[in-house]
Amino acid sequence: MSATLEIRNLHARVEGQEQPILRGVNLVVKQGEVHALMGPNGSGKSTLANVLLGNPAYEVTEGEILLDGENLLEMEADERSRAGLFLAFQYPVAIPGVTLANFLRHAINARMKAQDPDTKGISIPQFTRLMREKMTMLGIDHSFAGRYLNEGFSGGEKKRAEVLQMAVLEPKIAILDETDSGLDIDALRIVAEGVSKLVGPNMGALVITHYQRLLNYIKPDRVHVMYAGRIVESGGAELALRLEEEGYERIRSAYAASEA
Amino acid sequence: MVVQKRTRGEAVPQYTRADVETLSALRQEPQWLRDARLAAWEIYESLPMPSMEEEWRRTDYRHIRWQEAALLSTPNGAMAEHIPAKMLTPLMGDTEGGTLAFVDGKLVQHRLADALKVQGVIFTDLETAVREHSDLLQKYFMTQAVKPSDGKFAALHGALWQYGAFVYVPRNKAAELPLHVVIYNTHSGASLGHVLVVVEENAQATVQVDYASAPHGDAHATYIGATELIVGDAANLRYVALQEWNRTTYEFSHQRAIVGRDASCDWVLGTMGSRLTKAFIEVDAVGKGANARVSGFFFADKGQFFDLDTQQNHNAPLTVTDLLFKGAAKDNARTLWQGMIKSLPKMQKIDGYQACRNLLLSDNARMDSIPGLEIEADDVACSHAATFGTLEEQLIFYLMSRGITRPEAELMVIDGFFDELLQRIPFEGVRERLQEAIEAKIIG
Repeated sequence: MSATLEIRNLHARVEGQEQPILRGVNLVVKQGEVHALMGPNGSGKSTLANVLLGNPAYEVTEGEILLDGENLLEMEADERSRAGLFLAFQYPVAIPGVTLANFLRHAINARMKAQDPDTKGISIPQFTRLMREKMTMLGIDHSFAGRYLNEGFSGGEKKRAEVLQMAVLEPKIAILDETDSGLDIDALRIVAEGVSKLVGPNMGALVITHYQRLLNYIKPDRVHVMYAGRIVESGGAELALRLEEEGYERIRSAYAASEA
Repeated sequence: MVVQKRTRGEAVPQYTRADVETLSALRQEPQWLRDARLAAWEIYESLPMPSMEEEWRRTDYRHIRWQEAALLSTPNGAMAEHIPAKMLTPLMGDTEGGTLAFVDGKLVQHRLADALKVQGVIFTDLETAVREHSDLLQKYFMTQAVKPSDGKFAALHGALWQYGAFVYVPRNKAAELPLHVVIYNTHSGASLGHVLVVVEENAQATVQVDYASAPHGDAHATYIGATELIVGDAANLRYVALQEWNRTTYEFSHQRAIVGRDASCDWVLGTMGSRLTKAFIEVDAVGKGANARVSGFFFADKGQFFDLDTQQNHNAPLTVTDLLFKGAAKDNARTLWQGMIKSLPKMQKIDGYQACRNLLLSDNARMDSIPGLEIEADDVACSHAATFGTLEEQLIFYLMSRGITRPEAELMVIDGFFDELLQRIPFEGVRERLQEAIEAKIIG
């Protein structure tokens, strides 16, 4: 059975602030599907990504998020992750003193422990093999595993490390928050090819991007446009091309009236 | 009949010169030692209890009940079997060259490998050393590193010290196996322990010292200690001291390493226990090219107050000192680090570094760091840093977003914070022990 992420009339704001950022988002993403989420800066795309994972910096004031009918809003971020959700962060934080390998092993073991509290977790050789395989697939130097998580990583390295985590954790639904931004053309190709290898029958994706270029590698089934906290237009892959051509001016003037 | 009234805590310990004379007489100490004790006593008497001077003004120890805490502790039958196994575990290698364990100041275990004996290595308790190696003690004991004139508690220690370890590695000899000293207390009162390590020219030693005590209700205990590390020219000392006193113990200690020409001293300190610790930790780089590295771990929780006072003295040119302290405080704990790098005039090409990095784990905890430099030379590379951080929610969220539970995520971030310090420690066993301490502090 394929998993379904369902977002219903979602309203959210920054914790402690009045101004809503999400103002009634509706979206359904199924395992095996690729959805692109586009829109100008400040429209709420990153907020949506963070709210889906349960970032405590945001507060949901209305609406529902369901994964296979289960209410994600009642779950902490770690439970949502173990339920099959993944977020490739736009700005991954650096965690001094914690190596990428150590971190990922903990993440795998946390999943195994949730299934079987008595598990000893993944064996070191098994884990090493898994890391090597995925790093090779993503063109990541193997020495990466021993580096402190995101510390001193270049922009491209951070994005690749996010995709590596996705490859290792094999989520049902992945949200990629501007995984393409700031990458040079070669890095973009490697990251995009990596992502496109992962999307398929086992993984659905919500790809947040400003630009069409990532979508040349990852063909979206649906394209959505977000503006002022709502999805204002949805269409096929051709909508992304159209937005690329005309920019967001049309969207702004068409939907600015509804913003108040 | 006189009804004894419950009195308030005494503000100062009520020792007398007779206490010093009695102690020395009971042990049938040689004249030089008796004289040294009495000279220290004179200094003790001449000094006020420290309170408002710069090193002490943030440290309030007035709540000590000296009527309990000053009682000179005597062994009460506790034996080696009472020492927790954890403390006896060798951390600096699989095989130890020797063990010296004290319970309530009494020597309960003593072993030295033959391989070290034949090299002329001395590893014994101070009482024995006074009898058998009087010349060496007369030369080194509280004459070079820690002196009674260093302060009120150093003077008290000099007058009334009770027990301790003597490590001596002769010239050109390498004590290849680590030596392990265990100091364990089981009751309240004053414990005055001493560690004296002398590594002669071109010699080498590796020493681990564990301090701990069993809980003894709410009665107060003090540890008024001294550590002296004397590292001769071209010698090498690796020294690890871990402190896990119970929560009714107050430590006042003076610790100093003297590092000779082209010598190297790698000193690791872990402060986990005690109600209050006031430690003066000093390194004197006295010979050209001397190199000292000091790595301090501390983690304070409920009701604890650690006051760590470090000083790096560059008394010769081309000396290098590198000091890093990293600590955390949770609950209502308080920590204070005061650091100082000093140089004698015209000591060129010296390189001194000091940093204290703090992780605040509670809004009710408080951490202070006060670095300082007093350099009287111009061709130097000296720097200092103090940083403060908290457990950032965005770091925790990042880890949790990968399925890691909150407690585990917090532990990972805290472990990560300490990693920089642990990486400086060349002994896996020590790193593991500190990691266990971190975990125990977080859970406890």
